[in-house]
Amino acid sequence: MPYKIAIASGKGGTGKTTVSVNLQYFVAKYLTRNILLVDCDVEEPNDRIFFPEAQITSEQEVSQMVPEIDPDKCTVCRWCVDYCEFNAIVVIPPVNFAEVNASLCHSCGACIVACQEGAITEKPNPIGDITCLNTGVGQGLAEGSLKVGSAMQTLMIKELKKSVSDDYDIVLYDAPPGTSCPVVETIADADYIILVTEPTPFGLHDLILMVELLVDLDKPFGVVINKAGLGNRDLHAFLDEQNIDILEEIPFSREYASIYASGNLLDHVDEETAARYGNIIKTIERRYLQYEGNNYFKW
Amino acid sequence: MKEITILSGKGGAGKTSIAAAIASVADNSVFCDCDVDAADLHLILNPDIKETHVFHGAWVAFIDETVCTNCGICKDNCRFDAFHYNEGGQLYINPYQCEGCRLCERVCPQGAITSSRSTNNSWYVSETRFGPFVYARMGPGEENSGKLVTQVRQKTKEIGKERNVDFIINDGPPGIGCTAISSVTGSSAVLLVAEPTRSGLHDASRLVELVRSFNIPVFAMINKCDINLEATQLIEDYLIEQNIIVLGKIPFDATFVESMIDKKTVVEYDKNSDSVKQIRAIWNKLVDEMHSRVA
Repeated sequence: MPYKIAIASGKGGTGKTTVSVNLQYFVAKYLTRNILLVDCDVEEPNDRIFFPEAQITSEQEVSQMVPEIDPDKCTVCRWCVDYCEFNAIVVIPPVNFAEVNASLCHSCGACIVACQEGAITEKPNPIGDITCLNTGVGQGLAEGSLKVGSAMQTLMIKELKKSVSDDYDIVLYDAPPGTSCPVVETIADADYIILVTEPTPFGLHDLILMVELLVDLDKPFGVVINKAGLGNRDLHAFLDEQNIDILEEIPFSREYASIYASGNLLDHVDEETAARYGNIIKTIERRYLQYEGNNYFKW
Repeated sequence: MKEITILSGKGGAGKTSIAAAIASVADNSVFCDCDVDAADLHLILNPDIKETHVFHGAWVAFIDETVCTNCGICKDNCRFDAFHYNEGGQLYINPYQCEGCRLCERVCPQGAITSSRSTNNSWYVSETRFGPFVYARMGPGEENSGKLVTQVRQKTKEIGKERNVDFIINDGPPGIGCTAISSVTGSSAVLLVAEPTRSGLHDASRLVELVRSFNIPVFAMINKCDINLEATQLIEDYLIEQNIIVLGKIPFDATFVESMIDKKTVVEYDKNSDSVKQIRAIWNKLVDEMHSRVA
C-alpha cells in the first residue's frame, strides 16, 4: 500500500501545486522514483501545466449513473419523489410527466429501490475525464478534470482516486482549495497532510479551519509556510502556540512568482530550492519509514 | 438593482481583496460572501452582526446499535462506502462519507437507522461601515455549500430590495463546481479577477466557459500584472480573443497585505496609491458598462 500524502491549504493560491510538483520531483530524486502525483483539484487542475512535454498515456471518461424513467412503465405513483432527498425528480400525475433532473441527482439509487414497477433504469451521464501522463518525473501524473458545468466534483475525485493502483511507494494528492466535501474526499485516506499556507490574515484564518478539520479526522499534518516574509508573525504565533510542526519556510520572491507564472517550476531548480525540499522530505521520510506497509521504502 | 459576482477560477487571484476595495468605492450597495467554505471578507469588513442563523446541512445517518441486527442490508444498498464494521464487528456509518440520501433508513428492516441534519453551519446578517453584509461560516468538512450560498444570496437580495440599493457585490469562491455555480446563476454580470499566470489563464478559461453557459456577461481585470509581462500578455490576448473587456490592470502591490493586516481595504489604507486609482477607474468603468450594456 502506498504512503499517501495530501497537500492542502484552506485558502486558494497559497502554493499547493507549487509544493506538490516540487515535492514529487525531489522525492523522485532523493527517495524513490516510484511516486505518483495525483491532481485532485478536478475543478481547476493545474499540475499538467508544469510538464509541457508530458505525453498522455491514457484517458478515461468518468460518468455518473443517472436514473431515467420509462414512461411506458411509470404509473406516476410518486414513490420515487418521496424517496428522493435531493428534489431531483419531478412527477406530475395529471399530465403523466415523470423526469429526473440530472444536475440535482446524487446517484444514490433510492428511486430505483422505491419503484415497484421497474420503470427506472440508469444511464451514464459524463462528468469528467481522468488523464494519465508520463511527465518524466517519478511515475508521472494522474489528473481528474471535471466537465465544465457539472456539480459532481466529489464523485469525480472519488473515481480518480479509485483509478490509482496500489503499486506505488508514495502517492501525492494535490488537493483543491476550501475545507468542504471535495477536500475531505481528497484527504480521507491520506496518511499525512502537508498544509501550505501564507503568513497573511486570510491565510491564517483559512488554515485554522483546515487544522480543525484535520484534528476532527485525526490526521497527522505539518505546515509549509510559503511566501514567508509577506504579512506578519501571527501565523508563527499560532503554530507555536498549537505545537504544529513547521516543515519549511519558503520566502516570498517576485522572481520565483514569475517563474511559476510561466509554468517553468522544474526548469529552474536552484540549490536553495533543493535544500528546502530536502528538509521537507527529511521530515516525511521519518514518518514514511515508520509507516507499516508491504512496500515501505528501504534505504 | 444589479448583481455582480466576483470570480476568478484560480484561487488566490485577489477576489476578496478586490471585493473589499470595491466596497470602499461603491455607493449604495450590499455585500455577500459566497465563498462559504473559507470566508475571509468579514476579516476586512468588520461586521456588526445583527442576526445569526443556523443552516441545517445535509442529513447524516446513524445506527442505533441496540436495535441493529447487523444484517448488512444497509451496507449493501449504500453507494457511498459509508458503512464499516468497528472492532466489535458492529456496523457503523462514517459521517464524512454519508451522502444523506437516507436510503439506508428506508431499507433497514429493524428501523435501526435515523438521520439528523448537521447544525455546524451558520450564516449572519450584519451591518458594516460600507453597508449591509451577509456571510456564512461552514463547519469544516461540511456538505451542501451550494445550498448555503443560495441562502446567503437570497437574503442579500432581500435586503438589497428593502434598501433600494444599486448593486449587490458577491465575493465568489475559487473553482467552477457547485459553490461557484450557486454563486453566479442569476447574476447580472461577472467581474473576472484574472491572475496573469499560465495556471490563472487555464482556470479563467474554464470559468468563462461556465459563466457563458449561463449567458452572463463577463468583464475582466488583471491583478499582479507586473510579475511576468509575458504571462500578462498571454492572458490579455485570451481576453481580447474572447471579446471580454479588460477594465484595468493592477501591478503587484504589497499594500494589499499590509491593509489586510490593518483590517482595512486598500482604499482606506492609502487612498492615493496607484492601485487605488486603478481600482476606482475599474469600478467606474464597470458601472458604466452595467448601465449601458447589461439589462
